[in-house]
Amino acid sequence: MFYREAGQYKTSYKADMSVFPLLQDRIGIIAILAIAFVAVPLFASEFIILSVMVPFLVFALAAIGLNILTGYTGLISLGTGAFMGVGAYACYKLTTLFPGVNIIVWIIVSGFFSAAIGVVFGLPSLRIKGFYLAVATLAAQFFLQWCFVRIPWLYNYNASGAIEVPERTLFGLAITGARSSPEVRYLVLLSIVVFLTWIASNLVHGRIGRSWMAVRDMDIAAELMGIKLLPTKLLAFAVSSFYCGVAGACMMFLWYGGGEANDAFNVNQSFIVLFMVIIGGLGSLIGSFLGAFFISTLPTILKFGVPAVGIPLTGALAEHLTHIMVGALIIFFLIVEPHGLARLWQIAKQKLRVWPFPY
Amino acid sequence: MKGFKWTMAAAFAAGLASAAPMPAKAQAQDSIFIPLLSYRTGPFASSGIPIANGMRDYLEMINQRDGGINGVKIVIEECETGYDTKKGVECYDSLRSRNPVVVNPYSTGITLQLIPRAAVDKIPMLSMAYGLSASADGNTFPWIFNPPATYWDGASVMVSYMAQREGGFDKLRGKTLGLIHLDAPYGKEPIPVLQAMAEKYGFTLKLYPVAAADMQNQSAIWLNIRRDRPNYLYNQGWGAMNPTAVREAIRNNFPIDRLVGVWWAGGDDDARAGGAQAAGYRSLNFHQAGTEFPVIQDILKHVVDKNLSRVDARSRVGENLYNRGVYNSMLMVEAIRHAQQLTGKKVVTGEDVRRGFETMNITEARLKEIGMEGFAAPVRLTCADHNGHNRVFVARWDGTRYVRDSDWIEPIRDVVRPLIEDAAKKYAEANAGWPRRTETCDQRS
Repeated sequence: MFYREAGQYKTSYKADMSVFPLLQDRIGIIAILAIAFVAVPLFASEFIILSVMVPFLVFALAAIGLNILTGYTGLISLGTGAFMGVGAYACYKLTTLFPGVNIIVWIIVSGFFSAAIGVVFGLPSLRIKGFYLAVATLAAQFFLQWCFVRIPWLYNYNASGAIEVPERTLFGLAITGARSSPEVRYLVLLSIVVFLTWIASNLVHGRIGRSWMAVRDMDIAAELMGIKLLPTKLLAFAVSSFYCGVAGACMMFLWYGGGEANDAFNVNQSFIVLFMVIIGGLGSLIGSFLGAFFISTLPTILKFGVPAVGIPLTGALAEHLTHIMVGALIIFFLIVEPHGLARLWQIAKQKLRVWPFPY
Repeated sequence: MKGFKWTMAAAFAAGLASAAPMPAKAQAQDSIFIPLLSYRTGPFASSGIPIANGMRDYLEMINQRDGGINGVKIVIEECETGYDTKKGVECYDSLRSRNPVVVNPYSTGITLQLIPRAAVDKIPMLSMAYGLSASADGNTFPWIFNPPATYWDGASVMVSYMAQREGGFDKLRGKTLGLIHLDAPYGKEPIPVLQAMAEKYGFTLKLYPVAAADMQNQSAIWLNIRRDRPNYLYNQGWGAMNPTAVREAIRNNFPIDRLVGVWWAGGDDDARAGGAQAAGYRSLNFHQAGTEFPVIQDILKHVVDKNLSRVDARSRVGENLYNRGVYNSMLMVEAIRHAQQLTGKKVVTGEDVRRGFETMNITEARLKEIGMEGFAAPVRLTCADHNGHNRVFVARWDGTRYVRDSDWIEPIRDVVRPLIEDAAKKYAEANAGWPRRTETCDQRS
């Protein structure tokens, strides 16, 4: 009723294969983009932009990265935090060595460094699977984090041992550093996220995505069909790490404005992104966004939103509640809806399609 | 099951919708807003809770006893950071629009993040004896204050203390000083000064970093300590790391009186963990523990006895870290008083309080007036010197509380100060576009 496809005929292969075949979906996505690009910077408060939207977008990008590897290709990774760190430190080194080049270029380029490291740690994936691979990526997490802390060259020998993000501008407008406005940072980040999501969507809907999913569903069958396992798996590692690396660079430069690996890129970070992917939905781009939004904003909502509507909740209690809720929700989702929030969204769409006459 | 899923989805949507509006509470015009970034959760809570209580109770006492600072009520609000940089910055963002007159991040990590923003947001930041040591240079960091001493002062005091015990600086040659430290910006701060001193006085410096994840499992590092047998061990730890270090020292037969913590490693719970054998553990300090001071008595009378405090037992008032929190709040209140004097305004702004800090001069007489005679040393700041590099003493855990064990020791200023000015210059150079100081310097009245 609200959402029906009757009368929308597809007369070409192109129309049939499009990502959003329904008119309503296309209107929806345009509306969401319009809200994100225009309404949010115009009307949202600085707090909403900095503490809700920016973390959400950064984590969405990281979740897409992990989802490509874990959700689409079926390779479990616990090294997301470290790959994000590679992006952040690469971007820091690049922008301090070549301050003349625009920071946005370096944020994207830092993803390639992360991709290269990801390929190296993805090499064992041909021989080992499942738990064993998870442990191999955990090794990447610990090894890389050790490097970030122990190799002073990476943080330019700062006395504090932390990245200190310098000011960088675009058309005379500060986009990093203390003087950059939240709106500018948000818009830069949003553009990166939208652009990379578009690329990811094209990847997973095309030949490469199909081969990833074939490997996920049954690698021996995929091999028999002529998919070369090693390049496919390594490509998944590379693309996944690329996204995580860009997310890490965005995190340091557009959100934190500086920081240190033990704090920002530890194993907890890897777990949080994994929870996002599980709760959001494995093998789904929209799931990455839903999961990232849910997990990254839940603590903020409990800590600031609940007291704002008049329920007294102290910070310490909110902190404990967050841990309890995230833990409970993960168990809940694994049992009740293993496909996560993305599947709930799909069910909702299906219901709207047949409303008010369910069959 | 289908219906259940639906309800859940609806509840989820409702939850998001209800969270959308986050109105900033309106501030009354006759009050001053002081946010307290505190942490009562996480691995550092054992050190964070007494400090949060002390900070809160002193401000509450000023409100209860005097009706505020010169009659202006203080609005106190805590924001839970969990000692997590991300959450700390989120707290700062949520509080910034409400015009706080001063912010204490209470974490070196959060301080490092906020340093570049203080000047832009025009909010002075008090990082009392923590944070970036170089921020003591007021010419480069007009908005950051870290009295009464920096980690670098602390490290130099440690070397002086070692010399006192050994009978002179010339006896240090050939000795070994170990630094067991949290492997984070906080723990690494004293390294450059200790290195400089090791070169100057001829002792060996050994580093024992403890990763945040291994705070409670230090056996590997203590294996090295047992092998190296350093003559003294300086402990720059925090939270769960300190009680573990004290316990490990006892377990490994390291002479407990040669384990000296920086002031943050001087929590009562840190030493208590070692049991009776921990008596003799030492820690640097810049204020006294105990309840015999009039200011603590006033807190007991006006806050704790009226059930306005969040301490879980009356006996915890007067603990070393509790008193640290009291001292921290005293600095803020005194800076606000100076700001009121300077501007003639009652309700001051962040900009005024910055000037208040720069002209702050807490003399012995003033300490007596506010009920802190013998509690701490005088503090005097200037526009160029935002720290004072004040005297520090060594406290000893006697089994039940910390007592003063040494005279006041002066930091080795002629080593520390040039290092600070040099580090400040480097910081400004590394952060392209670092603003030059344009703030004028007030004359002390």
